[in-house]
Amino acid sequence: MKKLKNSHRAPNYNLIWGCVITSIMVLMIVVSFFWTPFNPDAMSYAEKDLAPGGAHLLGTDNFGRDIFSRVMEGAGTTLSIAFCAVAIGASFGTVIGGLTGYFGGAWDEFIMRINDAVTAFPSILLALVIVTITGSGRTNIIFILGILFIPSFARVVRGEFAKQRQMDYVKNAKLMGVKPGRIMFVHILPNIAPVLLSAVAIGFNNAVLAEASMSYLGVGVSQTEAVSLGRMLLDSQAYWMTSPWQALSAGCAISILILGFALISEGLGTRPMWRPTTKRRRKQHA
Amino acid sequence: MSEPVLEVKNLNAYYYGNGVLGKKLKKQVLYDINFEVQEGEVLGLVGESGCGKSTLAKTILGLHADYDGEIIHHTNRPQMVFQDPKGSLNPAKTVGWIVEEPLRAYGKYSPEERRKRVIDMLERVGLSAKYAERKPRELSGGQRQRVGIAVALIQRPKFIIADEPVSALDVTIQAQILELLLELRRDLDLSYLFISHDLNVIRQISDRVMVMNEGRIIEQDTTEEIFTSPKTEYAKTLIDASLL
Repeated sequence: MKKLKNSHRAPNYNLIWGCVITSIMVLMIVVSFFWTPFNPDAMSYAEKDLAPGGAHLLGTDNFGRDIFSRVMEGAGTTLSIAFCAVAIGASFGTVIGGLTGYFGGAWDEFIMRINDAVTAFPSILLALVIVTITGSGRTNIIFILGILFIPSFARVVRGEFAKQRQMDYVKNAKLMGVKPGRIMFVHILPNIAPVLLSAVAIGFNNAVLAEASMSYLGVGVSQTEAVSLGRMLLDSQAYWMTSPWQALSAGCAISILILGFALISEGLGTRPMWRPTTKRRRKQHA
Repeated sequence: MSEPVLEVKNLNAYYYGNGVLGKKLKKQVLYDINFEVQEGEVLGLVGESGCGKSTLAKTILGLHADYDGEIIHHTNRPQMVFQDPKGSLNPAKTVGWIVEEPLRAYGKYSPEERRKRVIDMLERVGLSAKYAERKPRELSGGQRQRVGIAVALIQRPKFIIADEPVSALDVTIQAQILELLLELRRDLDLSYLFISHDLNVIRQISDRVMVMNEGRIIEQDTTEEIFTSPKTEYAKTLIDASLL
């Protein structure tokens, strides 16, 4: 009993470190909008394949471009894609999950079966299929990933709404004559915020990974569009034996981004009901 | 002769459970309920857990749709005071917000007027204005129940259903809340349907009492009559048990 109490009061290290790591990455990305040590696209034959150290903190690639500058900019591209995709998935998922969870009934069943059908496919595979139809590029993968993320958010939100609507405060709000829309989004939504935020953090994780995988497979961000971390992995794989720092830098940047979000979601999802779901979902998407 | 605020005639209520192979199982929980609540009276409803008391309350308030029979309201917007104010007050909001919400939903009041009414109501139920800024979990059980009463009363109902309003509280606080409910009845001309499993509480507050068992009202009389000369065996057992 005493142990339980202590663990409850201990600082939430997961959340703290998650926020620290994520803030550092975000700060780095924000700085990259205004300033990078070198022009990320400037090539130089003389400075080709330099090892880390000296003026080039993480070395240079096969075109003599500064890798640190490219990581800064690439992380920005990756994160902005992840942000847009999660924004689409979370907003539509919340509305759909909210409506189905709150009202229940036949529509709930129908929409959840569609949900099941979509989630039955690995999301990357589905994304690849759609990309062959729509073509690649930044905007396209934002929408594809966004739409593919809707079911996972809808499922989480639906479960929470179905649980909350049984609570007396919702019945009380009905008695007050509050309209259903207001009950859903003003009364219930704040109460599921921790779960939703945790799902958003996991969504960021999955989106960063999905962008990296798709760009690595050559169907994500194209070379002419922007630098992205997945794109850097793809470009560097031929030089793995001669200049491994290229691939390692991009790989580490992806890992650190994901670590930050994973710690945040772990820190937020302290409710026992939530834990098993996060673990299952992460396995499914990773 | 006073006017009734609520008439319930031949009410049957059902629950649908999930049976085998997706078949719906229909289970009747209320059988042929007939009663009236008169203006200004406290009608006690007593019975053991699971006998259908709460279902009756929900059905009367329109929160439970599977019923047949007649429920006639002679007042506007009957309200409910819930058993567990921990669950009936939105945990994410402040007390002031919660009490103000009915006014936002209905009234055409200006924000200043709403706030004034909220403060008035909080004071009326014995809480000072500073509680408006607190979250429900920062209050004690008794204070939370006062907020629950404030939420019901700010809609100016004439009839209130109180579903086990004091069961979650300890005895001294129970007495305070019962006192508050009676005081409010005098000041605001309220009528109550007061539901409890606790006969001592029912005896303190009720003018008339209904005894419910397995979904049926088996006895209905003045408090005096029920407690001095119960007519059914079941009521006798209940009263004997409560006097132990």
